[in-house]
Amino acid sequence: MGLTDADQRRAQQIIDRYPYPKSAVLPLLHLAQDRDGWVSPEAMEQIAELLGLTPALVLGTCSFYTMFKREPAGALVVSVCTNLSCMVNGGFDLFDQLRSRYQESSDVSVEEVECIAHCDHAPAFQVNYDFHGPADAHGAADVIEQYLDGRLAARTISGTARQEVPR
Amino acid sequence: MTDASGKGGPTETLMVTKFLRARPQDSWTIDAARRHNNAYQTLDKAFAMEPDAVVQAVSDSVLRGKGGAGFGTGQKWSFLPKDVFPRYLCVNADEGEPCTFKDHMLLERDPHQLIEGIVVAAFAIRTDLAFVYVRGEFALAADRLGQAIRDAYDAGFLGKNILGSGFDLDLVLHRGAGCYIAGDETGLLSSLEGERAMPRIKPPFPAAQGVYAAPTIVNNVETISTVPHIIRRGAKWYNAMGENRSTGTRIFSVSGHVERPGNYEVELAKTSFRDLIEGLAGGVRDGHTLKFFIPGGASSPWLMPQHLDAPLDMDYVQGELKSMLGSGAVMVFDDTTDPLQVAWRLGKFFEHESCGKCTPCREGSGWIAKVLYRMANGQGRSDDLDLLLSFGNNIVPGLNAPFAQTTICALGPSTMSPVVSLNRWFRDEIIERMRADETRRAGLAVTPA
Ligand SMILES: Cc1cc2nc3c(=O)[nH]c(=O)nc-3n(C[C@H](O)[C@H](O)[C@H](O)COP(=O)(O)O)c2cc1C
Repeated sequence: MGLTDADQRRAQQIIDRYPYPKSAVLPLLHLAQDRDGWVSPEAMEQIAELLGLTPALVLGTCSFYTMFKREPAGALVVSVCTNLSCMVNGGFDLFDQLRSRYQESSDVSVEEVECIAHCDHAPAFQVNYDFHGPADAHGAADVIEQYLDGRLAARTISGTARQEVPR
Repeated sequence: MTDASGKGGPTETLMVTKFLRARPQDSWTIDAARRHNNAYQTLDKAFAMEPDAVVQAVSDSVLRGKGGAGFGTGQKWSFLPKDVFPRYLCVNADEGEPCTFKDHMLLERDPHQLIEGIVVAAFAIRTDLAFVYVRGEFALAADRLGQAIRDAYDAGFLGKNILGSGFDLDLVLHRGAGCYIAGDETGLLSSLEGERAMPRIKPPFPAAQGVYAAPTIVNNVETISTVPHIIRRGAKWYNAMGENRSTGTRIFSVSGHVERPGNYEVELAKTSFRDLIEGLAGGVRDGHTLKFFIPGGASSPWLMPQHLDAPLDMDYVQGELKSMLGSGAVMVFDDTTDPLQVAWRLGKFFEHESCGKCTPCREGSGWIAKVLYRMANGQGRSDDLDLLLSFGNNIVPGLNAPFAQTTICALGPSTMSPVVSLNRWFRDEIIERMRADETRRAGLAVTPA
């Protein structure tokens, strides 16, 4: 899928904020990812067309940034920090245990990330870019289960809380 | 600094964090900020001044950038070429330097202080369009800042003819998407233009040619959040705090093996590392002793227990201790920590975050991480440290702090900071350990490659 008519209108609002349309590449990639759960080749082509760029340029930008998933991912992205303050507080262990626990899951994608700036809560992790921690694997899995069964409301996969895009 | 009550414990000097501490329940809302923090009340005072006088006040305060490099803010603003328009202001809220966590706190908990600072700064440098580049992973910060921007427009603090001054300003929140190098000011500008966040060669500096090849000022969140205080209370008030060219306050993010990790705002130069680590952060966790600490983010050379009494003075730490206060991230490691493991993790970070534009960094960061990995995991060789120093000398010629640079941005030389630190403080211990590992492996029937 790509951008719907409503998305296109929203895309135009975003483009209008910038002196040059090309600046809208990142926000439009976020928009597409929020809609589809990943950034598809079709979405990149549409963005290129909207902005008067080549699809190659959009792909070049997209592939540089870790938040953009170019393959379908789970609805929940769990980002576990293993950088220094998390490392010395059990971050690697947390990552390893969560990864094996959700290896087979199609809903949860566990990834190791660089410092997410939640070091005063080490070991820290994010679920669709909401901060959590400190937690051991048991506590973290409990949080993830709460998102899965709806007791906690998850953000979209690009971390946008509501459907409208912040100004 | 010591407590005026004579109890002797180190204290904080709250300025940019005062309000968010005082009203944890709602400090980010425009109502609370206006009612309880006089938010936006410096605007009239600033608009009554000449823009150049605002720049002068910031210069006189000796405010220095709080993003890492510590460059004079007023001086940077005065580098803008006269009469070249359009020009832009970009606030750097990318905050990716490991273990720095102050800027997203300021966005989440006091966005109106930042917006007020942006309006004053934009007025001073005569621009009508400003951007805040918010690190992509900071979802709550983007929500709160986005709401604050909408509220500021509605209340007339942004948009056309702000408070009847004739000054117009639009403010755009731009979310990143995950990469450390967008924190470098020229990487940020590339990213804002919709490209890979690859840094650009300087000169031209952004003040001459930045985003869209127009004059651009890039400043850190904490730097801009400080500006309203300077305009409200005067340059003299600000530079009466601190000493020398380390005036005012800074927020230090203390983490690692401490009892109370957190953000602490203290008066520069009058406060020591000991006040910060042992006093405010409660010291090394229960029953352990300090092994070493990293004073200013991943890029800063490490310091040892004997440096605890050094003042938090940017020039002292650079000149005397050959390190830097950098991004204000103080990482504390106790006696259970393996310095090689820490060095390897930083090596892995730089390898992952190198954008690949410059050869010494792209190739060097990978080799540094590989060699440190084998050293930390029992496969090291007794000359590995010298091997690192030998090829590292091609990344940082001379290997002396402040680091020389063979790359476009400072990420390149930063890759060598952990290695230089290991060599400075742990050389004998490491060589002995590598020898022991070699001896152990020699006794195996099949030696690992
Ligand atoms: C690799 C690299 C990463 C950086 N990351 C940040 C960052 O996350 N936030 C920041 O404010 N400055 C960062 N900087 C420093 C910026 O280039 C720039 O000096 C700063 O934003 C200027 O603002 P200031 O003068 O107010 O400090 C980084 C620099 C480099 C080389």
